[in-house]
Amino acid sequence: MFELIGIPPQALFGQMLLGLINGAFYAVLSLGLALIFGLLNVINFTHGAQYMLGAYVAWLLLNFLGINYWLALVLAPVVVGAFGILLERLMLRKLYHLDHLYGLLLTFGLALIIEGVFRNLYGISGQSYPVPPVLTGGYNLGFMFLPLYRGWVVFVSLVVCLGTWLVIEKTKLGSYLRAGTENPTLVQAFGINVPRMITLTYGFGVGLAALAGVLAAPIYQVKPTMGADMIIVVFAVVVIGGMGSIMGSVVTGFMLGLLEGLTKVFYPEASNTVIFVVMAVVLLIKPAGLFGKAS
Amino acid sequence: MPESNPALQLEVSDLHAHYGESHILHGMNFAVPKGEVVTLLGRNGAGKTTTMKAIMGIVQKRGGSIRFEGQELVGLPSNRIARLGLAYCPEERGIFSSLNVTENILLPPAVKPGGMSLEEIHGLFPRLKERGGSQGTKLSGGEAQMLAIARILRTGASLLLLDEPTEGLAPLIVQQIGDIIRGLKGRGYTILLVEQNFRFAATVADRHFVVENGVVVDWLPNDQIEQSTEKLKRYLGV
Repeated sequence: MFELIGIPPQALFGQMLLGLINGAFYAVLSLGLALIFGLLNVINFTHGAQYMLGAYVAWLLLNFLGINYWLALVLAPVVVGAFGILLERLMLRKLYHLDHLYGLLLTFGLALIIEGVFRNLYGISGQSYPVPPVLTGGYNLGFMFLPLYRGWVVFVSLVVCLGTWLVIEKTKLGSYLRAGTENPTLVQAFGINVPRMITLTYGFGVGLAALAGVLAAPIYQVKPTMGADMIIVVFAVVVIGGMGSIMGSVVTGFMLGLLEGLTKVFYPEASNTVIFVVMAVVLLIKPAGLFGKAS
Repeated sequence: MPESNPALQLEVSDLHAHYGESHILHGMNFAVPKGEVVTLLGRNGAGKTTTMKAIMGIVQKRGGSIRFEGQELVGLPSNRIARLGLAYCPEERGIFSSLNVTENILLPPAVKPGGMSLEEIHGLFPRLKERGGSQGTKLSGGEAQMLAIARILRTGASLLLLDEPTEGLAPLIVQQIGDIIRGLKGRGYTILLVEQNFRFAATVADRHFVVENGVVVDWLPNDQIEQSTEKLKRYLGV
């Protein structure tokens, strides 16, 4: 077997795949955050909790109603998205005319409450969720072993991110969203129901978080803290990519996942901090983020 | 409540409006007959733009009455108002920089039948056809103003609110805007125009209302503008 710079290829590609999978989650989660921030100007700190809710809804559906993974992949985002719409209608909406900080504090508080409730109900040890039978096993690609489910996660994430990007850049609805991000007052004065568009965008962004949660359930343990662990890194991704940049958040998500994976191979001690180092450097050199526009 | 006159497309009576704590409009009264071009003349800060925004529902804190084709607008959100057939071209033009020129034209949804097609708009504004793929921010002032007007012609709205369309433009472009406004009147549009430049207003409008400190203090038909020049200069401080 050949070696690359003294690293066995199995380890190198294995870690790159792990990185890519983490990157897939970063991308889907930061995409939702960027969408929400763009239109609502709210930094949605509940995003991690909503990701966790997606995983728990899938787990509950399986264990109490016998509803399988494939249905959960659709149902959990709908249920959690609907919960998000309720939050927007009843609470977030009242804060839009205030400083960003209030939306951030509200969503942070909600995240703590949701996490606390699940901690109280299910403890912190976590539940396991089985990999759906069709996606068990994997392929030997020669240079590495590819577990089928992990390939599936990367595939779904790419499809979802690309689909969302296409809708935003190429459709009429997307032009409303882009215009609404710039000047919601004028868009509304053209006859578009902007408050409803805002509600649905929040619901969609939250649904994306829940979808990531369902995808994560068979890989990571389903546990109340899974969102809190993830969201810190995702916020770093959003800051590096540039707040409110859709493509930026997706590309940055995958790239940083890979970077994290590579760091695990070459200098494992830094793998948990490398993203934050990048964040600090980017903030110093280009405060608006790699893809962000300075305002 | 007086019966509404069907010849009047827009009737504004005792309109008050507030921005936060400040009271801007103090009982505006004027009416816009169907098919006419009517201007609001006045100095900076007289309340002309606020009147436009109050009509469109962009300024929500308002009292009194605004009737469009007999229907009360006070209390409606701006998206509902637009759907009745009013279209607004803001002073700052409001071109969306993340949309290209054609996307900007196509953005406002059609609210009534009878709006212009994209081809007709391109016929009226050939420059916008050439620039179709450019981002909204890459336009000259004149092009941006053309785009801001072109954008509201597709919707089928019958009353156009144009807020200082000539502001900051070269004389040649101002002439073009004048031609366009006269052309739109010829097509049957009703237009409410905000202007500081009464010489320009005189070339396009049928009547003028003079606004001072949030009330209409005077009005005159366009054919009297010659003999009232001195008075208008006093009102406008020019």
